[in-house]
Amino acid sequence: MKKTFGGPALVLDRADINTDEIIPAKYLTEVTKEALRPYCLEDLKLEGFDAKGEKLRNARVVITRENFGCGSSREHAPWVFEVNEIHTVIAESYARIFRQNMFNCGMLAIELPRPDIDALIALELESNGSIDVEVHLQEQKVVARGNGRDVSCGFEISPFDKALVEAGGWVEYADARY
Amino acid sequence: MGQTTAEKIFAAHLRDEPFPGTMVLDLDRVLCHEITTPVAIADLEWRGKDRVFDSSRIKAVIDHVTPSKDSKTALQAKILRDWARRHAIKDFFDVGRNGVCHALFPEKGYIRPGFTAIMGDSHTCTHGAFGAFAAGVGTTDLEVGILKGVCAFREPKTIRVNLSGKLRPGVYAKDVILFVIGELGVNGATDRVIEFHGPVVEAMSMDARMTLCNMAIEAGGTCGICQPDQVTVDYLWPFIESEFSSRQAALEEYRQWCADADADYDRTLDYDVTGLSPQVTFGYKPDCVKPVGELAGTRIDQVYIGTCTNGRIEDLRQAAAVLKGRRIADSLRGIVSPATPKIFQEALSEGLIQIFMDAGFCVTNPTCGACLGMSNGVLAEGEACASTSNRNFNGRMGKGGMVHLMSPATAAATAVTGVITDARTL
Ligand code: SF4
Repeated sequence: MKKTFGGPALVLDRADINTDEIIPAKYLTEVTKEALRPYCLEDLKLEGFDAKGEKLRNARVVITRENFGCGSSREHAPWVFEVNEIHTVIAESYARIFRQNMFNCGMLAIELPRPDIDALIALELESNGSIDVEVHLQEQKVVARGNGRDVSCGFEISPFDKALVEAGGWVEYADARY
Repeated sequence: MGQTTAEKIFAAHLRDEPFPGTMVLDLDRVLCHEITTPVAIADLEWRGKDRVFDSSRIKAVIDHVTPSKDSKTALQAKILRDWARRHAIKDFFDVGRNGVCHALFPEKGYIRPGFTAIMGDSHTCTHGAFGAFAAGVGTTDLEVGILKGVCAFREPKTIRVNLSGKLRPGVYAKDVILFVIGELGVNGATDRVIEFHGPVVEAMSMDARMTLCNMAIEAGGTCGICQPDQVTVDYLWPFIESEFSSRQAALEEYRQWCADADADYDRTLDYDVTGLSPQVTFGYKPDCVKPVGELAGTRIDQVYIGTCTNGRIEDLRQAAAVLKGRRIADSLRGIVSPATPKIFQEALSEGLIQIFMDAGFCVTNPTCGACLGMSNGVLAEGEACASTSNRNFNGRMGKGGMVHLMSPATAAATAVTGVITDARTL
C-alpha cells in the first residue's frame, strides 16, 4: 500500500543511533508489527528524549544525523516507525540494511548533507521544538515550516528507491516483475 | 579493467538491472532463523503467496532463543518449524541439531566460493569467508528471497584491506578485526564490501576467517570477503568430493572468484599487524577499541564465550588453553556456549568441556543466548560483561549493561582474575 509522507518532525540530534535503541531485542519475540507500537525508541540514549512523551507520539517525520539505523538487520526498526505512522526519516546517512528496509516497506529514507540537517535542526530549536515537514517526492524536495519561516532542501533519491516507494514496497515491485 | 570478487559474483548472478547501478541477483542460498522469518512467513500467507522458490536452496534453523523460553518464542519456533515441514525444507535444524546460524550453515558445507546468500540477520557477512557474497537483509528482502530467489543490491564497491606481517602468539583474528573496525569506524565501510588479503589472512584457518568476516558489518560493510584458496578447499572437501576429480581441480575452479590483480578498489588499506596487541572495546560502539593493556583492571561481572563470532572449536581451544588448571574468580560468572552440536561434541572429546567445568563455567547448549540479551545470561543494570561476541551497543545484553568485546583468550584470562586481563600476562 502506498504511504503518506511528511508531518510534524521529531529531531534526534545524535549520530550512530542503532537498531537496538530503536527497538530493543527483547521485543523481537513479537510476530506482528502492531505489537511493537509502544516500544519505539525505548532504549535511545539521548539527553532530554522521552520515549513515552507527546513529542514522539505526534511525530510523523524523524530528522537525525549520520549512520542512522546501524546494527542489526531487524526490520522491526522501520516497522516500529511504520506502526507509529512515521513514514519519513531524514538523516545525514544510513546503515545500508536499515535504509533498504525503509524503501522495501515503501517508506522514505531521505539523505541530506550536514548543512541541510543543521538548518533543519536550527529551525526546530528556533521554533521551540515544533516544525512541520512537507515531502514533495516528485520534485525531490522537503520543506520545513516553523517560527514563521521555511527551510527548503532538495534531495537525491535513486530511481530504484523511488520505484519501490511508488510501488508500495519491494514485495509488490518484485512480484510484478520476477 | 579487472574485477573484485564481489564484481565477479554479481556479474555471474545478474538477473536484472532495472536501473543503472541497481542489480537484482539470483540467490544460491536463502538462510532463515526464527526471529526474522516468521513475520515474512505470515506476510506471504496473508498475501496468498505461501510458496518457496526452491526448497533445496533454503536452509533454516532455530538458534536465537532455543529451546524456547516462553510462549512467544515457542510460537516463533513453531511458525518456522511448521513452514519448513509444509514446504519440505529438509535442511531445517530444530532443538538438538541446532546451532548458531553463521557457525552451523558453513559447517554443513552450504556455502561455496562464488555463491550468493542472504539471511535476515546482519552477521550473514560471515559467509564471505568462503569467497562468497553474503549479506544480511531485512524481513522484506528475505520474503522476496523466499518467494522469488532474488535480491536487489547497489553495484558493489570494495575496500581492500591488506594484512601483512605475522600475528604474535596470543593475538587472534578477533583482535585483527577489532583493530580494523577501530580504524574504519562504524560507518567506514557502509555500502562497501571489505576484501581481506595478505599473508596474515592466508595463514588463517576457516574458523579465523569467519571471525574476521563476521564483524565486517560493525564497520557498516555489506560483506567481508576472503579469497578462496587451499584452506577453503580443504575445509569444504568432504562436501565437494563428488563434484571434483581432485582438490587441485576444485582449487582451480574456485580461483576464478579471486579478485583480479588490476581490480578497481574504492580504497586500499595496508596494515602490518606484527606489533598488534589483543584488543578490547570500551564504549557502546564497536569502533571504540583499545589495546587490552589500557583497559586492564576493569571490573567484570560475567564472561561470555560463544556466538557466531567466536563460538567455534578453535575459539574454545584458545579459551581452554588459558583456563586449564585454573579457576574463575569468585566475583564473576562464566558462561560458554559452543556454537553448534558438532563443536560441542568435539569440545567434549578433546576434554575442553571438562576444563571449562572444572574452571567453574556454566556450559549451555548451542544458541545465540546472551549475545543479544534474550536468554541464557542477560545482564542486570550496571553490570559488565566480557564477551567474545560482536556488538557492544547500549543494552545489547540487557538494559543498562556494558559489554566489552574481546577474543576468547582475553575473555578466559578475564574470567580467571575477575578484571580485564591480557592472557599473555597470566
Ligand atoms: S550469535 Fe549474536 S550476533 Fe551471532 S547471529 Fe546470534 S544473536 Fe546475532
